Amino acid sequence: MCGIVGLFLKDKALEPKLGALLTDMLITMTDRGPDSAGIAIYRAEDSARSKLTVQADAPDTAFDGLAEKLSAALGAAVSLTRNDTHAVLHVPNGLADTARKSLRSVAPDVRVMSFGDTLEIYKEVGLPKDVAARFDLPSMTGTHGIGHTRMATESAVTTLGAHPFNTGLDQCLVHNGSLSNHNSLRRKLQREGIHIETMNDTEVGAAYITWKMQNGATLGEALEASLDDLDGFFNFVVGTKDGFGVVRDPIACKPAVMAETDQYVAFGSEYRALVNLPGIDDARVWEPEPATVYFWSHDTAPVSKKEVA
Amino acid sequence: MKDEQSKYVSRTVPIQSATFTNPINAEIRRAADTGIYDIRGGGAKRRVPHFDDLLFLGASISRYALEGYREKCDTRVTLGTRFAKKPIELDIPVTIAGMSFGALSGPAKEALGRGASAAGTSTTTGDGGMTEEERGHSNKLVYQVLPSRYGMNPDDLRRCDAIEVVVGQGAKPGGGGMLLGQKISDRVASMRNLPQGIDQRSACRHPDWTGPDDLEIKILELREITGWEKPIYVKVGGTRPYYDTTLAIKAGADVVVLDGMQGGTAATQDVFIEHVGLPTLACIRPAVQALQDQGLHREVQLVVSGGIRTGADVAKALALGADAVAIGTAAMVAIGDNDPKWEAEYQKLGTTAGAYDDWHEGQDPAGITTQDPELMARFDPLEGGRRLRNYLKVLTLEAQTIARACGHNHLHNLEPEDLCALTMEAAAMARVPLAGTEWYPGKPGL
Amino acid sequence: MQTIDLETSGLRDLNATLHAQAQETNQTNWEIINPKGSHAVAVGLDAPIEVNVKGSTGYYTGGMNKQATVHVHGSAGPGVAENMMSGSVIIEGDASQYAGATGNGGLLVIKGNASSRCGISMKGIDIVVHGNVGHMSAFMAQSGNMVVCGDAGDALGDSIYEARLFVRGSVKSLGADCIEKEMRPEHIEILRDLLEKGGCDAKPEEFKRYGSARRLYNFDVDNAGDY
Repeated sequence: MCGIVGLFLKDKALEPKLGALLTDMLITMTDRGPDSAGIAIYRAEDSARSKLTVQADAPDTAFDGLAEKLSAALGAAVSLTRNDTHAVLHVPNGLADTARKSLRSVAPDVRVMSFGDTLEIYKEVGLPKDVAARFDLPSMTGTHGIGHTRMATESAVTTLGAHPFNTGLDQCLVHNGSLSNHNSLRRKLQREGIHIETMNDTEVGAAYITWKMQNGATLGEALEASLDDLDGFFNFVVGTKDGFGVVRDPIACKPAVMAETDQYVAFGSEYRALVNLPGIDDARVWEPEPATVYFWSHDTAPVSKKEVA
Repeated sequence: MKDEQSKYVSRTVPIQSATFTNPINAEIRRAADTGIYDIRGGGAKRRVPHFDDLLFLGASISRYALEGYREKCDTRVTLGTRFAKKPIELDIPVTIAGMSFGALSGPAKEALGRGASAAGTSTTTGDGGMTEEERGHSNKLVYQVLPSRYGMNPDDLRRCDAIEVVVGQGAKPGGGGMLLGQKISDRVASMRNLPQGIDQRSACRHPDWTGPDDLEIKILELREITGWEKPIYVKVGGTRPYYDTTLAIKAGADVVVLDGMQGGTAATQDVFIEHVGLPTLACIRPAVQALQDQGLHREVQLVVSGGIRTGADVAKALALGADAVAIGTAAMVAIGDNDPKWEAEYQKLGTTAGAYDDWHEGQDPAGITTQDPELMARFDPLEGGRRLRNYLKVLTLEAQTIARACGHNHLHNLEPEDLCALTMEAAAMARVPLAGTEWYPGKPGL
Repeated sequence: MQTIDLETSGLRDLNATLHAQAQETNQTNWEIINPKGSHAVAVGLDAPIEVNVKGSTGYYTGGMNKQATVHVHGSAGPGVAENMMSGSVIIEGDASQYAGATGNGGLLVIKGNASSRCGISMKGIDIVVHGNVGHMSAFMAQSGNMVVCGDAGDALGDSIYEARLFVRGSVKSLGADCIEKEMRPEHIEILRDLLEKGGCDAKPEEFKRYGSARRLYNFDVDNAGDY
């Protein structure tokens, strides 16, 4: 039960303002989710290096010497950039997944928020304005991003229970709604060897997408399959390295508004999340259809829509 | 002789199945005859752990009792102190739960209003709108906003004393209902904008919001319409009371009303009544925990309902952390429902006094759950009101008696430590020690 | 005309000011600027005033309206004109889900499209939509009229009671117990009147009428599959 915002930029001129625009949208959704907030932001790509965003409850001790320990484990140079309770570890290109696995033994008190080439995820417990301030989200640049404000329903209010959830290399997912079969699905996915940290229903949704894609599904196919296999009410917004997608359950009760101009595609749980975007008064504004997958990508046609039910 | 004896010895004693009992088999035959599930009124009839499984520890040497007829034991309670400009002040912590006009006759609603007002407490509307009978005779009236929105209108919203957003009720959490057509009289039908005599299929979700994030906005709208004056209650059926209480608070409720599975209903599926929800006893502590975790216990008030019958039940609910209780079935019994004086007529309906629960069929011999003019005429609202007032007084006196015996000068000072449990089940659900021990299942630190 | 800037005055002052308008007020014209998607704008009004909202609104705009005319020059969020009693609410843009939910009376005009569950449990309101309506529109609709100049989504009129539905375009599917019905002269008259009130130039003859088959009115086990 939450607020979701998303912004996919078509116009490169807006990239320096991505963090500022998203933060404004995020704070507007505070009433829908006062417990915790998070943002997934896709930033400039460094062709030589991939990155992991990590979090620690005691960052001063956890991050001290972490780069060196991970360098030793990987046998390759790793650098670290701190940002409050989070840090970005830069590892040689292609080693992100290996580094993620190494961290479990190298630094068990450090938790991986995301891994990939461009994705960084920042999330914490607290009001969205406070979370945005501690990470200085408004100053961040990037190509697209997704934000989430959480009103916890049944699982704990913790950093790990906050959204977005990282679902795979450069992939993330946020959710508004309530899944009703996440417990049995969690057991099934865990038997399949998928790592799930929390009792959060959304994490199961995210893990489900990861599992489908590990078994060869495209993101679009995984989202379509989710309409059959996930029970309950959901709006999902997913991010990938080159774009973002939206899917709503067949009942489609939880609110969702989208807007598109020549400069961007935006998603909000409510229209008021979008009101300060440039050119919003002339944007095409609509609500996504139930049981339908939408996807926008920098690499392919700007708008694709697929009806699946 | 020998033949007869061997015949006798070889015979099997007839054994009735404990699984396929006679009532079960009768229900199977009834289902096969009619093709529809059993619909009835009331709450769960099966035995579940209840307040009867708790006892109070009176004062003796380690604690001192109050004099029963001399020393003060206050019973007042204020509901809606969090945001509302005009909280509801009640003389006693026992309120009348929501019961619909339609399920009940107009005179029955009038009697509830008269009795509650005389005792200094509130009544509640139900699924079907507000009638003049109950507004006119209730000093404090809580107006329900239900999924069906039958009879919903802003004038009544403005003339009520508190607003109760009903998310669910203990008899059928997660369910709507179906009121069969027999009882839909002209007046009931017109209040609900429906043709006379047709079945009513009630919704299980509100038509214009889903989930706590939307509920917060719905509550904002209700407050804006009524100028932030009236307390907003949120009523839930007992299923996941910790989460539901937490979310009702987050959505902005002034009062949480929590209805356990023994809570009644006018009509719903028997399978729902008996197999969905938590016993009232098991609901209270998780809800109180949620209030405490948010730092709002006693600031957001908790009203508990579902099977409250005696002053001991009232005192036990309060001791477990409730601020007040609500009664429905007990109020109906007090005003004359299921009275043995109508036994001959109950027999004609194929039932017996005390077991009559086909409230939706509109043939109530006591004239309470009916819209039939002849049956209704049997019921005297003045007499009914007087009976309800008396009963509410007795509940209060009983609860005070217990509170004084435990050394308390206000019912609200009752606490879980005043209680012990007779059974392991009750000890676990109420989180109070098994009688004579310091222990209950699930106690932290063990 | 009075102008209220919602950004500076705040929602409480806005609604309190509008509620203070009496039956015989001289201040019948109000303009609200900077709504910016706010919720509960102009709710619970009960006076013959006209309120023009310059921009788009959030949830429950014009909720439980009586007498007043609330005109949104933009789009409206979920539950616009919910439980309206009388008066009118006009949306220049689109309306989100639950538009006109449980409305008892008055007229709701949506010049763009309406989303899902338009007219859910409507109880006497008239709704005129110039564009399309989404899935589950007129769900459990009890009475009143819904006019759709465009297309209707899935499960139109599911579990409908006595409301009348008029659709000019296609209907993706009909819900349980909803059927196409004969358009008789009296329906043409009702429709002509509503189209005129709703500012539509469509012709009544282009519409089809839908309503209840009344098979769910009294439980019959042979229809149980429709529940």
